[in-house]
Amino acid sequence: MAADISAAKAQHAPHAPSVRFEHLTKTYPGGSRRPATIAVEDVTLSIPAGSLTVLVGSSGSGKTTLLRTVNRMVTPTSGRVLIDDNDIAGLDAVKLRRTIGYVMQESGLLPHRKAIDNIATVPRLNGVKKAPAHERAYELMDLVGLDHQLAARYPAELSGGQQQRVGVARALAASPRLLLMDEPFGAVDPIVRADLQREVRRLQYQLGITILFVTHDIAEALTLGDKIVVLAQKGRIAQEGTGAELLTHPADDFVANFLGLDAGRGLHLMNSDGVQLVMDADERPIGRLSGPGR
Amino acid sequence: MNWLVNNWPTVWQALWSHLLLAVPAIALSFVLSVPLGWVAYRYRWSRFVLVTGSSLIYALPSLPLLVVLPAILGTSVRSSLNVVVALTAYGIALMVRSTADALAAINTDTVTSATALGYSPIKKLFAVELPLAGPGLLAGIRVVAVSTVALVTVSAVLGIPSLGTLFTDGFQRGIIAEIITGIVGTALLAVLVDRVLVAIGWLLLPWARGRS
Repeated sequence: MAADISAAKAQHAPHAPSVRFEHLTKTYPGGSRRPATIAVEDVTLSIPAGSLTVLVGSSGSGKTTLLRTVNRMVTPTSGRVLIDDNDIAGLDAVKLRRTIGYVMQESGLLPHRKAIDNIATVPRLNGVKKAPAHERAYELMDLVGLDHQLAARYPAELSGGQQQRVGVARALAASPRLLLMDEPFGAVDPIVRADLQREVRRLQYQLGITILFVTHDIAEALTLGDKIVVLAQKGRIAQEGTGAELLTHPADDFVANFLGLDAGRGLHLMNSDGVQLVMDADERPIGRLSGPGR
Repeated sequence: MNWLVNNWPTVWQALWSHLLLAVPAIALSFVLSVPLGWVAYRYRWSRFVLVTGSSLIYALPSLPLLVVLPAILGTSVRSSLNVVVALTAYGIALMVRSTADALAAINTDTVTSATALGYSPIKKLFAVELPLAGPGLLAGIRVVAVSTVALVTVSAVLGIPSLGTLFTDGFQRGIIAEIITGIVGTALLAVLVDRVLVAIGWLLLPWARGRS
């Protein structure tokens, strides 16, 4: 299996791009009834090529706004976004979007298209004939673990988890090297979510692509991120680093609080009949330390 | 019943003329209202003018309109074109609002995701927004269709043949059976046209089956 994966990785090898935000600001002008709002202010941030980087923050942190500047769904007020050192402001927005995978919450599937046609959307937009586009869509159904029998179903006839898998398959159909995921698993139940998270890790490893993932859930960020960027309000970067780095040296109280170090994630060990139990802050056992001496 | 049996060709002729007035008006209402409704939906500032403005057409009394139209169009008073134009105007009055509302009711997440996939604005309109507005458009055109079939009868007063001619003629000659035939025939035709539209919707909107 390991050999299969590395072969697949080598096969897909064209490189994954890096993404860089430079002094990015986005303000929404006010109207007669509401004041102007600043969504993100002077954000400079690098997303390493081939990484799974998670932007985590609560509402108002500007995480979705940042994500949407990458495929030009949002046009920055000032500053720029570079993909592999190319300023995307100079690219055709529609063509750019077809080269970047995008998965959103509630999947955003087209309700009037069958699963197979949803998955084949971008190849079809790129002018691929129906038969080869469907062939490709079936490959992707295999890749994301969808039964071919589901191909003829409309989105409303699929479960939440299946819809998200279709959404992921659709985002990957045109073999993008960059994938944007906007709280994609927010609306599915915890067990399915855990399953989908494993799937994202596996796909990222297998395809060797860059994934930029947005969530408000710190547990999800720790599960997925090679690199985690904790956003405070308006895109202010509170801290960036690996999960281990954040847990070891939280930059300030905001980050410590966000990580839940004072509550759920403040764990300690308890010796029980020679077994080291891991306890949470409320003295509830949540696991046991593995290794010799069990 | 006797009257109906004896005058079947007359009734059939009236029914056919009725359809020839109603169907083009229904089709034209749809074709003209969809772009207008789209503009009202897409450009907020135009919504008031288009939706409210077109709705006001419905306030015009039909008989005077049918009398005035020939002067504007340069047609003869008995031309069926007047009737088609007047009925189309009434259809637009109802359908522009339906179209704007149907488009506005589309889930914005779906449209956002279509944009993110790389649909161009035009392609998005025809492949995503209009199909998704389909159930709302269908509901709108069904109202227009039934209303149009009923309104056609007014033209009988001007001497343009339709099922309405059966009431005017029946009243003048005191034939109750003829009047009833006109009324029942108009109602049945309205139901028939409505069923046909539902069937078209069923064929064109397979994904929406069983939802409404």
